[in-house]
Amino acid sequence: MSGLINFLQRLGAFIIDGMAGLGRSVTFLISVLMGFKDVLLRPRLLIREIYSVGVLSLLIIFFSAIFVGMVVSLLGYTILVDFGGEESLGLLVALTLVRELAPVLGALLFSGRAGSAVTAEIGLMKATEQLASMEMMAVDPIRRIVAPRFFAGLISLPILTIIFMAVGVYSGYLVGSEWKGVDAGSFWSQIQNKVEFRHDIINGIIKSIVFAFVVTWIAVYQGYHAMPTSEGVSKATTNSVVYSALAILGLDFVLTAMMFAS
Amino acid sequence: MSNSLVKIRDVHFSWDGRRDIYSGVDLDIPEGKVTAIMGPSGTGKTTMLRLIGGQLKPTQGSVEVAGQEIPKLNRKALYLARRRMGMLFQSGALLTDLSTFENIAFPIREHYDFSETMIRDIVLMKLELVGLRGARDLMPSELSGGMKRRVALARAIVLDPVLMMYDEPFTGLDPVTLGTIVTLIKELNNALGLTSVIVSHDIGETFSIADHVCILSEGKIVAAGSPEELKNSDSAFVQQFVNGHPDGPMPFHYPADDYAEDLLKGHKS
Repeated sequence: MSGLINFLQRLGAFIIDGMAGLGRSVTFLISVLMGFKDVLLRPRLLIREIYSVGVLSLLIIFFSAIFVGMVVSLLGYTILVDFGGEESLGLLVALTLVRELAPVLGALLFSGRAGSAVTAEIGLMKATEQLASMEMMAVDPIRRIVAPRFFAGLISLPILTIIFMAVGVYSGYLVGSEWKGVDAGSFWSQIQNKVEFRHDIINGIIKSIVFAFVVTWIAVYQGYHAMPTSEGVSKATTNSVVYSALAILGLDFVLTAMMFAS
Repeated sequence: MSNSLVKIRDVHFSWDGRRDIYSGVDLDIPEGKVTAIMGPSGTGKTTMLRLIGGQLKPTQGSVEVAGQEIPKLNRKALYLARRRMGMLFQSGALLTDLSTFENIAFPIREHYDFSETMIRDIVLMKLELVGLRGARDLMPSELSGGMKRRVALARAIVLDPVLMMYDEPFTGLDPVTLGTIVTLIKELNNALGLTSVIVSHDIGETFSIADHVCILSEGKIVAAGSPEELKNSDSAFVQQFVNGHPDGPMPFHYPADDYAEDLLKGHKS
């Protein structure tokens, strides 16, 4: 009996802590969104952060897109060629990348490259009392530090995803056409005929916007609420990447079901 | 007795809602003077500065700075009130991606639309006060601990505050830098007409510049007066703290079970 009571107590504490955490993160998000006006008034801060989280992530996104496009194209070719359907290779590569791989892999890479950096940076600023000193200089760290990073992530990831799509499809074309000899005309015309701008490309971009929102929200929240110790910052950085990955994959299923299941 | 710039009345505070850090603290910080808040480690001295600066809210009681009830201010009013406060953090808390010059210029750039010439003049004047005009282009990573604290001090006074708060300003400094910081705090207080609050447990340095000292222990102010009055106090606690005796009213041992029984417990199992 006491075991059951203990279990119920632990379950209750877990639920209450979870709800409190959710409440804190939503309140935090609202204060970050309130900083939008300050970000607009000081575009230099935003541009600096777009460089930091977006431009510096270009290399990893670019090379990942090349390899992913090549692998999808190669694997697709080996399957399609058995059925004599290699003309559809372009369609397979484009739909796989545009609907799924570019938004998901782009977001996963972004959370590992930029999300973790944002969490660690904000967490370290907290641990070294830089955020507290800003508050005492009458500068709100949420508006000065957190909001520009949040909006920079929100802008950068969809652009990186579009780059991932384009580079991935082109590298798929190089493998399919230049190496395996698939007709270039069929490759591109299949894409032109079957890939719909609104249904496929826009939905892929919508996915990336949702992922960008969630990944940067998790990153800034974890950093801002990190324990101000080296262990705390390390834990927050790990949490940022793990929670982002789970959120991306979970949301991906929900979004895919909503967009493409019918 | 001069007017009080800060009036703290019946303040209670707790981090977790269970253990009280303060249980009814009353404190007055006289205008234009150097007041020291002293006490053993872990008694909540830094917490007191955070309550005055509005970074924390008391669970009960009133914190009034220059006539404003700090815990009741809305965000905008609180940030306006903070423009009249300066705080020197123990670590210096310099922004690591900005140079010494830019660190000091930071609060001005954030709050005012001054010309570059004017910003340069203000920053160089503050750097001259702390003797680091020549270090303006160095990054925080290139500064020694003492220099960092002096830069942080210049930044804290750049908005010309009326209240300066120092969190453990004497900790971990070499004797020369320590002497410089002690002199600077006193001189700045007199030259700029500030009101200063020092949180410290360094008796010698603090007593040498403080006009008024409060000793905090177990959630209350247990003694207050001028350094001379405290040195001559009859209180056993004050004597133990001021003279640094290892045991006395403030026990050396953290509360624990009987020593012999504790050792035997390990053998029984």
